[in-house]
Amino acid sequence: MIPVLLILIPLITGLITFAFSTADSAKKIALLSAVATLVVAGWSVCCTPASALRFDIAWLPVMGSRFTLEMDGMSKMLCLLTGISFPMIFLAIFRQETKSAPAFFGWMLLSQAGLMGVFLAADALVFYFFWELALIPVYFLCSIWGGERRIAVTFKFFIYTFLGSLLMLTGIIYLSYHSPGASFAIEALTKAALSETQRNGLFWLFFIAFAIKMPIFPLHTWQPDAYEESPTAVTMVMSGIMVKMGLYAVVRWLLPVYPQSSALYSDVIIAFSVIGILYASFIAMQQNNLKRLIAYSSIAHIGLMCAALFTAQPSAYQGVMIQMFSHGINVIGLWIIADAIEKQLGTRLLSEMGGLAQKAPTLAILLVIMGLANVALPLTNSFIGEFMMFNGLFRYNMVWAGVAGISIILAAVYTLRMIQKVLYGPLNPTTETATDIPATAKWALFVLVVLVIVGGVYPQPLIDLTNDTVQALITKH
Amino acid sequence: MSHLVFLVPLFPLLGFLINGLGRNQLSKSSIGTIGTGAVLLSFLVSVRLFMQVLNGGGGVDTLFYLFQTTDLSVPFAFQVDALSALFLLIITGIGTLIHLYSTAYMHEESAPHFARYFAYLNLFIFSMLLLVLGSGFVIMFIGWEGVGLCSYLLIGYWFKNNEYNYAARKAFVMNRIGDLGFLLAIFWIISKLGTTEYAQVFAGVNKLSASDITAITLLLFVGAMGKSAQIPLYTWLPDAMAGPTPVSALIHAATMVTAGIYMIARTNLLYTMAPFAQCVVAITGLATALFAATIALRQNDIKKVLAYSTVSQLGYMFLGLGVGAYTGAVFHVMTHAFFKALLFLGAGSVIHAMHHEQDIRKMGGLSKRLPHTHLTFLLGCLAIAGIPPLSGFFSKDEILAAAFQASPIYYILGLAGALMTAFYMFRLYTLTFLGEARFHEDDHHPVHESPWQMTVPLWILGILSVVGGWIGFPEWILPNAHRLESLLAPIFAGSTTLATEHAHLTHSQEWMMTGGATIAIILAIVLAIRSSLRAKVDTEAATGLAGILENKWYVDEIYDNAIVKPLQSFADLLKNVIEKSGIDGLVNGVGKLVHYGSRQIRLVQSGQVGNYLLIMVLSMVVFFIIWFNDTSLMKLLHNIF
Amino acid sequence: MPINYYIFFCLTLFSIGIVGVLTRRNAIIIFMCIELMLNAVNLLLVAFSKMHHAAAVAAAPDTTVGGDGQIFVFFIMVVAAAEVSVGLAIIVMMYRNIHSVDINFLNRLKN
Repeated sequence: MIPVLLILIPLITGLITFAFSTADSAKKIALLSAVATLVVAGWSVCCTPASALRFDIAWLPVMGSRFTLEMDGMSKMLCLLTGISFPMIFLAIFRQETKSAPAFFGWMLLSQAGLMGVFLAADALVFYFFWELALIPVYFLCSIWGGERRIAVTFKFFIYTFLGSLLMLTGIIYLSYHSPGASFAIEALTKAALSETQRNGLFWLFFIAFAIKMPIFPLHTWQPDAYEESPTAVTMVMSGIMVKMGLYAVVRWLLPVYPQSSALYSDVIIAFSVIGILYASFIAMQQNNLKRLIAYSSIAHIGLMCAALFTAQPSAYQGVMIQMFSHGINVIGLWIIADAIEKQLGTRLLSEMGGLAQKAPTLAILLVIMGLANVALPLTNSFIGEFMMFNGLFRYNMVWAGVAGISIILAAVYTLRMIQKVLYGPLNPTTETATDIPATAKWALFVLVVLVIVGGVYPQPLIDLTNDTVQALITKH
Repeated sequence: MSHLVFLVPLFPLLGFLINGLGRNQLSKSSIGTIGTGAVLLSFLVSVRLFMQVLNGGGGVDTLFYLFQTTDLSVPFAFQVDALSALFLLIITGIGTLIHLYSTAYMHEESAPHFARYFAYLNLFIFSMLLLVLGSGFVIMFIGWEGVGLCSYLLIGYWFKNNEYNYAARKAFVMNRIGDLGFLLAIFWIISKLGTTEYAQVFAGVNKLSASDITAITLLLFVGAMGKSAQIPLYTWLPDAMAGPTPVSALIHAATMVTAGIYMIARTNLLYTMAPFAQCVVAITGLATALFAATIALRQNDIKKVLAYSTVSQLGYMFLGLGVGAYTGAVFHVMTHAFFKALLFLGAGSVIHAMHHEQDIRKMGGLSKRLPHTHLTFLLGCLAIAGIPPLSGFFSKDEILAAAFQASPIYYILGLAGALMTAFYMFRLYTLTFLGEARFHEDDHHPVHESPWQMTVPLWILGILSVVGGWIGFPEWILPNAHRLESLLAPIFAGSTTLATEHAHLTHSQEWMMTGGATIAIILAIVLAIRSSLRAKVDTEAATGLAGILENKWYVDEIYDNAIVKPLQSFADLLKNVIEKSGIDGLVNGVGKLVHYGSRQIRLVQSGQVGNYLLIMVLSMVVFFIIWFNDTSLMKLLHNIF
Repeated sequence: MPINYYIFFCLTLFSIGIVGVLTRRNAIIIFMCIELMLNAVNLLLVAFSKMHHAAAVAAAPDTTVGGDGQIFVFFIMVVAAAEVSVGLAIIVMMYRNIHSVDINFLNRLKN
């Protein structure tokens, strides 16, 4: 029952929220719902009996699709991440004015339901259904509440990701047609009778969909625009959780279904990922726009995770698992701070900032900690993940690891540059009147900081949680 | 063994947390007490641990596992042995003195910033302790990056000044370049041996091929270059002088920058097995020692002279490591920590007295006004110049003797560096303390001696600079009196058995060499004092070779133009051209193409009913032709007609 | 009479209809041409129906096979009549509005 609850709570409360008339009650019900989901997600992590983690009823018998939800370690972890993120996001924007708040929070909750579904589905058609369910609310959120260029940007984002989704849908249908019993269940799909050419073709249909979502160079250009123009709460959902959909999908739907093709094309994909890491890092280095800087830094991090996934090294898989969680936490923290800064100063240009550390010491400390987590400093959560991923990449090919390693240096360059431009130096007319970060956002950030440190010092629970997924991946290869 | 070891880093960590979280509540005196007290407690525990090591104690103490996966386990474990215990004493001992000194030096700061300063300083001590206590490469790396972070935070402590922030960033980024090398070395070790623990790695070295060992040691050395400011990654250290002076003393002279020496001393077995890497280490060290010494000859900022002197002395230590004199290098780390911390603190006392004036051309004649500072500074200068029987003499002599055995060229160049050291140190000393005062004293802010919190550490370090070398008498002066060598023997046992035995110098040769060197150094000192006293001190820029030296061989400018700017232009190119017009242009191009195509196809819908009818009829004809392919159509027509 | 004559005749009528539809601009004439094509097809249906019926009767005298084509034609005529009334009404309305029955004036949907 747990998987169903994880989807139903946000789905139902989301629909109810639309009916509210006042912003205040909508916010409260949304926060309450998000906390309830978090509790269930936390319960799923502790709850061991496998029967409680599986849900299976007939859905579309004509097409051979069953409504199957299943939780393994990775699902639990990502549901937990989704569960943690939404209360933090709601908390961070709790005191902000949002126009037509009921609809805003309603769409947010619906997208949470979609995300949960993506992480739970064990049937390809159900997966596709939730994949789109997560996307569509985001489309409305961006195009209604976004920035000035929202219409053009959201259109591009939607068309781009939707193109990928349709490629995947084609692939899913084709694959299920060839699977034993024409079923969409994941076990059946792995046994589909395919020739090598078919297999390789299908591999790319799936991979392109996931690569657009992650995004991987050179399919990434929708992302900085979308992150910049979306309302920050939505950006947090997109960069914190939605990009994990792509990585999750690779682990769940690509590597087990096409092990041979994955091995065959691993060099190509790692090459693109590593080029993307450096490419995005270089661009982040010269960014003057705070939000775009974080966006490009996110592309670089995701690139490393994608590269690690195709190394077929246990250590790299484990690293990706940890890093998915850590990156979600860190990037949401960064966005909360970026949002607070933008709301304060009315600008997102680094050249107009400076000296905030004098006016907003708490914000400064939090930004420094989050920034250090972003550069994967030891004893922050992302160090463990990056260490394992680089280790796996090194075992796969030491040259690629060395090249990708340059991003360690570049990450320091652009993150410290950002910290300096925002916090240090003398005050200027824009920053002279700044005050510290709002209380609710501060509390959300405190929780995230604690997660950053705990994850960096003692990541073993996360490793144990996702161990079964990693073991399954290793045996598949 | 005793389970006290976890207390050593715990105290500074607690100090960091208390001062960091309570920065708005605590008073300045309690902040100073907490900060200093935390390190002092660590020092006391360290002394106890050191005693245990002397009595044959020590070992590895696992607290918990950082992570355990199927193919790699990294314990969070501390290793106490002679090497780490010695470093513990240096770090916590000098750390305590510098914390005490800081309480007076930083008294102008407001309480929250004062707390921030002590929090960073305690965090630094914590990281440095992790670095030396770690029982494996990963824990060392954690401390390694941690000290880099604290160095960054403390260099940029006065964050309103953007120059300081750039210096801080430069330090962090250059350290990160080294860190990448270190990290790759760790991965290399893991991929070959599947572990990162020293004990297991050293036990498994026979499984490594010669090229593996060479690659690992060279990569580790890249890490050491970054942290210990060796060519080509040294330029951050002089800039790091932007931080408060006690920070320069603690981090950028006594402790953090010696992490590279610690690392190589710790992995001495690997280096001994990789002669090529050893040779690289020795040559890099020697080149840095000479190069930095030439720059120090013409610097006018009191801290910059000391900074280049530190770079140069670190070069000596690497020379020692490179020629296999591991004990000598560690010995020099220790004595250097004493006298360089002393010199920096003395410089801090001068700067404090001079109200933040750092240019030695605007000093002079301070010996009477600052008697304690003057005397201790003189001790420090004598020690670094290598005058017997001060501490620097013993350690430097040990390194140079080992260098002579490896190659006389090393020795001659090393001695040249030592002469330069003596010269620039006494130039600094003379310009600062002797001669006429070249500043205008303000009646309201007279130049005065520093308070006891500052002079007491100076005197303690001054005494240590004198006697610190006496634990390592060389064989030819006093047989079997090298206590340090016998202490560290177990650490370097593997290397000692592997190392090729050089022909030992006879005692008379040693006497001659040392005597000659000492006389030369004394001559250099006399020359320095005489020329500095006589020289017209002007603030105009020098020309010719002196100008090049004053501008540090233009290395910063070369790096800037050859590396930084091209990379920035490259990044701009990616950002503005490749990304915008290239990749995104392509994506948008697809969109535009669809748009354009739709507009064109739309024209078919002309709105003229006649056109529609024509198209309808034509398509029906086409449909018929396709449906009844030509043979059947022909047959049909044939039947009809 | 051989069926070929009917086919020729109907083809001719149909082609006249097509050419009329394509070349004329007067809506009423186009309408008439459409009717012409419709009736050409009707005629052909009747002709073939008669032919099949004759063949079936020759095999089995009291069969009704082949007669349904003629019933079809009645249906078509009824529908055509309804269509004509609607079509003419549209043309009348068009004339009232724009005082012309030239189809080239009917391009207002464009843009």
